[in-house]
Amino acid sequence: MRIAVEHLTQYRFSEPQSRLVQMLRLTPSDTIDQTVLSWRIDIDCDVRLRDTVDGFGNKVTMLYAEGPIADIAIVVAGQVLTTESNGVVRGSHEPLPEGLFLRETPRTASDEALTAFARDTFGSGRDTLDRLHRWNAALAARFPGAPDLPDAGLSAAQAFAAPTPSSRDLAHIYIAGARALALPARYVSGYRQHNGGESAPHGWAEAWVDRLGWVGFDPSAGISPDESYVRVAIGLDAPGAASIAGSRLGQGREEMAVDLHVDRLGGDA
Amino acid sequence: MLSRTAAALYWLGRYVERADFTARLVEATVRLDALSARPAGEAAWASALSVTYNDEAFAATGQSISQQPVAHFLTLDMANPGSIVRCLEQARNNARAVRTALTREAWTAINRLWLLFAHRHSPGGAASTLNLVEGVMAEARGFEGAIHRMMRNEATLLIQLGAAIERADNTARLLDVKYHLLLPAGEAVGGVVDRDQWTTILQTVSAVTAYRWLYSEGLEPANVIDLLIARAELPRSLAACVEEVVEQLNALAKRTGLQGEADRMARARIARMQKTRAHEVIVSGLHEYLQAFIRENAMLDAAIARQFRFI
Amino acid sequence: MGTGHAFDEIWGHGGPESPRPEFAALSQWVADTPQAELHKRQQSAEATFRQLGITFAVYGDSDASERIIPFDIVPRVFLHEEWMRLSEGLVQRVEAINAFLEDVYGERRILKEGIVPPELILNNPQFRPEVAGIRPPHGIWAHICGIDLVRTGPDEFWVLEDNARTPSGVSYMLENREAMIRLCPELFRSFRVAAVDSYSDMLRETMRSVAPGARGGQPVCVVLTPGHFNSAYYEHSFLADTMGIELVEPADLIVDDDVVYMQTIAGRVRVDVIYRRIDDDFLDPLVFRPDSLLGVPGLIAAYRAGNVALINAPGNGIADDKAIYSYMPEIVKFYSGGEAKLPNVETWRCREPQALKYVLDHLDQLVVKLVDGSGGYGMLVGPTASKAEIEAFRGALIAEPHRYIAQPTLALSTVPTVTDTGLAPRHVDFRPFVLTGSDGVQVVPGGLTRVALKEGSLVVNSSQGGGTKDSFVLLPEGAPAQSQVQS
Repeated sequence: MRIAVEHLTQYRFSEPQSRLVQMLRLTPSDTIDQTVLSWRIDIDCDVRLRDTVDGFGNKVTMLYAEGPIADIAIVVAGQVLTTESNGVVRGSHEPLPEGLFLRETPRTASDEALTAFARDTFGSGRDTLDRLHRWNAALAARFPGAPDLPDAGLSAAQAFAAPTPSSRDLAHIYIAGARALALPARYVSGYRQHNGGESAPHGWAEAWVDRLGWVGFDPSAGISPDESYVRVAIGLDAPGAASIAGSRLGQGREEMAVDLHVDRLGGDA
Repeated sequence: MLSRTAAALYWLGRYVERADFTARLVEATVRLDALSARPAGEAAWASALSVTYNDEAFAATGQSISQQPVAHFLTLDMANPGSIVRCLEQARNNARAVRTALTREAWTAINRLWLLFAHRHSPGGAASTLNLVEGVMAEARGFEGAIHRMMRNEATLLIQLGAAIERADNTARLLDVKYHLLLPAGEAVGGVVDRDQWTTILQTVSAVTAYRWLYSEGLEPANVIDLLIARAELPRSLAACVEEVVEQLNALAKRTGLQGEADRMARARIARMQKTRAHEVIVSGLHEYLQAFIRENAMLDAAIARQFRFI
Repeated sequence: MGTGHAFDEIWGHGGPESPRPEFAALSQWVADTPQAELHKRQQSAEATFRQLGITFAVYGDSDASERIIPFDIVPRVFLHEEWMRLSEGLVQRVEAINAFLEDVYGERRILKEGIVPPELILNNPQFRPEVAGIRPPHGIWAHICGIDLVRTGPDEFWVLEDNARTPSGVSYMLENREAMIRLCPELFRSFRVAAVDSYSDMLRETMRSVAPGARGGQPVCVVLTPGHFNSAYYEHSFLADTMGIELVEPADLIVDDDVVYMQTIAGRVRVDVIYRRIDDDFLDPLVFRPDSLLGVPGLIAAYRAGNVALINAPGNGIADDKAIYSYMPEIVKFYSGGEAKLPNVETWRCREPQALKYVLDHLDQLVVKLVDGSGGYGMLVGPTASKAEIEAFRGALIAEPHRYIAQPTLALSTVPTVTDTGLAPRHVDFRPFVLTGSDGVQVVPGGLTRVALKEGSLVVNSSQGGGTKDSFVLLPEGAPAQSQVQS
């Protein structure tokens, strides 16, 4: 599938800022099933950009801007060609061993209720892939239609107790449950094309299966990512894979607005 | 030099000068209180509060204006940001933040000044208050000496620049408040002279002897004003402070190659100051003159902060 | 255990009347100098420290927020041969620490070969995936190491702990020496003591040697401090001052276009090498602690781009972690190919069920420590603990065994120390400092001796009643004397 992404993030400051430094994880990498055809980051003011790779292997762009800056818009636009792989991630750059992704972070902290639910759902079968799919389906059934919402800062345990967790929260719950059972799991941020209605970047999970490698699971949809998904960045949790981490020097408040279009283009190659 | 270091040095200079000035003022006021035949007490201490911008804060404590509470408020009160102890705390914090820019001697002088206060509680009666403020003045001299013995580099110049800006403000404020108190509106200069009050002013700026050398007449308000405003021979006069600010800025420009708004403002001020005559100032309104001077001094302070990128 | 069984470094096992032969002269000096005189000199040293502001803050003690560490005037002395053997062990250990860090943030051979359990690294918060794949300028991670040692006999040294993050204490080494030269010049006439005052020059050269690339001219080096409210601020300013480099706070630094600059009155100045005395967590809010406002945004990007050297490297905590400590003999062997010249203290890893059982059965004989604790907090000294303390610790251990390790209580060596009731042996430990630059590894001939001032106590931490001593390293016979005092 040929997918076109246009993703605008705009910050407005109540008072002009004298400096901005941002770390952008907004550029997807090639894998066997994902080819980046074109990709660019455009900023609406004078900035210096530097491309690098972070410790997790994500493509990162450092943004440096001198003030006074009252607002700044970051526009990402590009096209990606994807093929169906049943969620299996093949040919990704993996600088860290899967064992790292057993670590708990504040955002993926579990509690007794979550761990008990995970234990019951996973059961004791020997087929890890099958157990991971069961876990995915169980979360999708328990929290149907989880929306893509701005980050509310909940831990996995808190989100598990909340009435309507977001897709990000659901991914955290997925990760926490898998890790509680000693299965490496991690967060993925990216885009998902599903007939309009995208309001924010999407988030899902990947878990490690011996002999297969990393396999994606999207508990907000109850499926493994198909060709309508574009993987951008991975991390131990959502903040670790955040599209934009920023720091500003100046007084006042900031407001952020996002405009996102993920479209399927004709002419599949 | 780091911008933060420059700011800390400048404020170190200002705070030590402020502590020293407050100590002098308290000393002179204790003497005035003791000497006065009639109970001059309340007015004297009220003016001491006003000169150091502490009148409103003291009123908020609800205490009566008399020697013991005011002296305590101005010297040892940790709750009063304008007290000597708090000025010294600020001075020491700034010094700590820039220790590498100071010599050991300069740092130990500041530290000693601070330790003088570290375990004191009440200044007690007049004698112990005098002891305390004399200690401050002596240690402040020690600090000044240590600064003079430092290399004449940016660090030294910035401390001295801060001190000169602070001193200019202090002298102008002292003169404004005291003059207002001594000669209420409408009263002509040269009326009944309260010798003790005028002596207090001279004591606060260490000018008793200088006055005797420079003026053959007895104590005349017009002469005191002339001395404190226009006579550059007196280190604490406005003329001397204004000159010193220009000198420090010049020396800084020479070393750093930086010149700007602050230099221009300081030079314009000295040019005007050189034409100033005391009697003209008195005729056209001393209060207005001093108020304008204080405002301009504050603007110069802001220009210095911009020029050396304090913020 | 009592002090009586311990080896005294001056008196040997026999007491004041029969000192070790090499220390007869020192023992004589101690005996000949009147107690009152020793007290007087000691007080004079402490008065100087207070005036200089060599103070430290004790956590949770707002009253005495600025205390000085007590100073003991009787020095601790290493013979030249003792020192040479010790140095070899230290160099080997620090080289292994550097090799280990290079490996765990790079290829991870040591995990693949099963020397260290992978989860101990990968699941350890001290292992920082954020800096994985970065190779620091000149491939050096641990530029400044402080290796904490204890001694139980003339030639028996044990490593208690490695410090590869931001080891402190070097200012005490230097100020203690200053005080000794001033107060006891006669000692320097009768003993040929290696000078330590070249430390600042050595450190500056080490910093310069690891500057990235060739930019031409002298590299710009700075010391980065959290600020003057930090308990070790005196040391930060002392080091910057004696090296003649700027002492900066995070707000003084900015990163632009992957290059670090400091803000000066004349504008921006590019920075090449940063000796940072700030924890990893507060280095760069974009990378380590998104909730933190502290730090220098973009610093890790500049570091990853190879535009700045950070001393010590971020992520070093994995090398001095207490959980890793027990594997150090294997780690040293793996990278150096030989046995560790400096042994570890025997350590039970309570995460292992058998070890836990042993520890629970012998709590009254062991020292139990938190894996992630420091400063002597969260520690049980079995032989001196009350029954109630032992039982409280037992509960904590059973609840979270993976957080603890246990070690035997060693008969730590003692050194005669001035006490209220005259000279008496007191237990000591030792922290030598090891510098690694692009031109090799050097051991500073001296270090920080900490002394437990309470009789029989083994806790030397300054926050818990410990003091310090000067540490003399004697020069070999026939070496040219170093001028420390006017003769």
